[in-house]
Amino acid sequence: MPLAYLLRRVAFMIFVVWSAITLLFFLPRLSPINPVRERFAELQRSTGWAPRDLERLVKVYEVKFGLNKPLHEQYVDYMSSLLRGDLGYSIMRYPRTVGDLIAQALPWTIGLLSVTTLLTFGIGTGIGALAAWPRSPQWVKGLVTPLVVLAAIPPYLLGLLLIYFIAFRAKLLPMGGAYTLGRFTGPELSFPFLLDVARHAILPALSLILSTVGFWALGMRGMGVTVQGEDYVTFAEHKGLSLRRIFYAYYVRNAILPQVTALALAFGSIVSSGILVEYLYGFPGLGSLLNAAILANDFFVIYGIGLITILAVAVSMMVVDLLYPLLDPRIRYTRA
Amino acid sequence: MAIALDPQAPLIAQPSRWTLVLRYLRRNPSLPLGLVLLIFLVGFGVIGSLLIDTSTRAYPLAAPPVQPPSAEYPLGTDRDGRDLLAVMVRGVLLTGAVGLMAGTVGIVVGTTVGFVAGYFGGWVDAVIRWLTEVLMTIPPLVLQVIIASTIVDKNKVTIFTMAGVASVLAWMGTARMVRAQVLSLRERAFVNMARLSGMSNLEIIFRELMPNMLPYLAASFVGAVMGAIGASFGLEALGLGPVREPTIGMTIRWAVYHSAIFNQWWWWVLWPVLALILIFASLALINRGLDELANPRVRRTE
Repeated sequence: MPLAYLLRRVAFMIFVVWSAITLLFFLPRLSPINPVRERFAELQRSTGWAPRDLERLVKVYEVKFGLNKPLHEQYVDYMSSLLRGDLGYSIMRYPRTVGDLIAQALPWTIGLLSVTTLLTFGIGTGIGALAAWPRSPQWVKGLVTPLVVLAAIPPYLLGLLLIYFIAFRAKLLPMGGAYTLGRFTGPELSFPFLLDVARHAILPALSLILSTVGFWALGMRGMGVTVQGEDYVTFAEHKGLSLRRIFYAYYVRNAILPQVTALALAFGSIVSSGILVEYLYGFPGLGSLLNAAILANDFFVIYGIGLITILAVAVSMMVVDLLYPLLDPRIRYTRA
Repeated sequence: MAIALDPQAPLIAQPSRWTLVLRYLRRNPSLPLGLVLLIFLVGFGVIGSLLIDTSTRAYPLAAPPVQPPSAEYPLGTDRDGRDLLAVMVRGVLLTGAVGLMAGTVGIVVGTTVGFVAGYFGGWVDAVIRWLTEVLMTIPPLVLQVIIASTIVDKNKVTIFTMAGVASVLAWMGTARMVRAQVLSLRERAFVNMARLSGMSNLEIIFRELMPNMLPYLAASFVGAVMGAIGASFGLEALGLGPVREPTIGMTIRWAVYHSAIFNQWWWWVLWPVLALILIFASLALINRGLDELANPRVRRTE
């Protein structure tokens, strides 16, 4: 891999991430809403202090969070603390830091979403490959359209239906949470605990799987149709190779490339794609954290989650660009 | 040698235009199915609001709270005393309005940006590509949450705010599609011909390029509407929606917020969920049908 290309790609990624972060920094500061005041005004409504105290508290906290400085100084401060890996303090759970809260939520999100992403990739690609394969039964070919329609429905809605019918009515699975609260005091590394987590994860996983399988099936079907007409497939048939061999080595192997890059991109968005479902099931990942942060006007946590998701997407986009020539010899590294 | 044709013999019947359209629709059933669903939903909203006074009954304190479906309240009522039938009628229209507004902004901005980037190229194109790249890096829900939670006052959100927030990202897909199409059309002979014959840039864009892209634009518009409805639903589910309006998303938000499932108020959850599923399904079917119309390569043959 030419070093110059690698460096250029990394530089471009850093540039994009920097632009995105800058956008996220200035966007909220255009608005007249003051996050600290919002937070304390809410506390004031529920506890009833004198307004004078509210103003003093806001002042103290603005100094503490550096919100009283001019905008460009705040920007420099923000950027330099980001470079040190410091995301600041959470307003709702002060004195805990944003980094701390995110680090606690991230393993749950990554665990749930990486499993569902791999499963949907496998199932969807399989269905798509079979749907484009001329010798498949008719019903497999007809499966793609319903799956595509299903893919247009937000997983949150499917999740609600699953909760109602499977968890509430049929009482087959728990309605939410990540583990049975009465049985375990906290996460532990034991077999019963992992089993319990898996039981709680089935419904959230199912809502995500149902609503993304269509995406993979459609992509694979589209590629499969174009590979069908290629000369090497016809040639393989005329050589008398077994159908199995043609299917896997000639057809799937060549059609799957764009799917693999899409998988790499999907891994970049695993941090963000489950947000609503996690919140619905009270799964303690980033989704629930984001919802809590929105309710409490905890802007620093919201930015922190934004930052993590941006980094994940940008890195995965770069990885795809770098991997592609390795996967597909027809593509060379050239100027972007 | 002349072949004697019997003037009375019936020619091979060329099917009429309508037969051809019907045959095409049979090969591409997604489009009519989606349109029928859409017509049903619009009809439900329009006829419903003629029959029911939704301006009072879809709002709190119009009915006794949490009544299961009955003769008087066919879909039941929610905890705040909204008549759910009226809510559904108004909600379908409001949700559709948000989608249409944001989708229209998306398609107009997206088409303009895409044409400018693709047709003029150069530094304009570079700037636009950089901007879309940056915006694509920020997950849509996260960007919209940040806009909705920090710029807008939570208690003053209207459906216009929702449409505004949703349209921030509604243009990018269209812009990319239009740009790619323009790049491929720009060098075709008929465009060069038009340029040589002295047409202005605007004339070429509107009279030569645009007609070639109509099916793509239609599919893209449906996609933008769908994206906007999805985006506003996401915000509503997270509690950043229009607190005072009975959109479908807000109805679901309140049902979840008040643990309707756990309290066995199933009707409060089921109707709005079904309504949104129907909306998304109809748009997805139309989109897929239009896509087939625009892309003969994915067209199915019998």
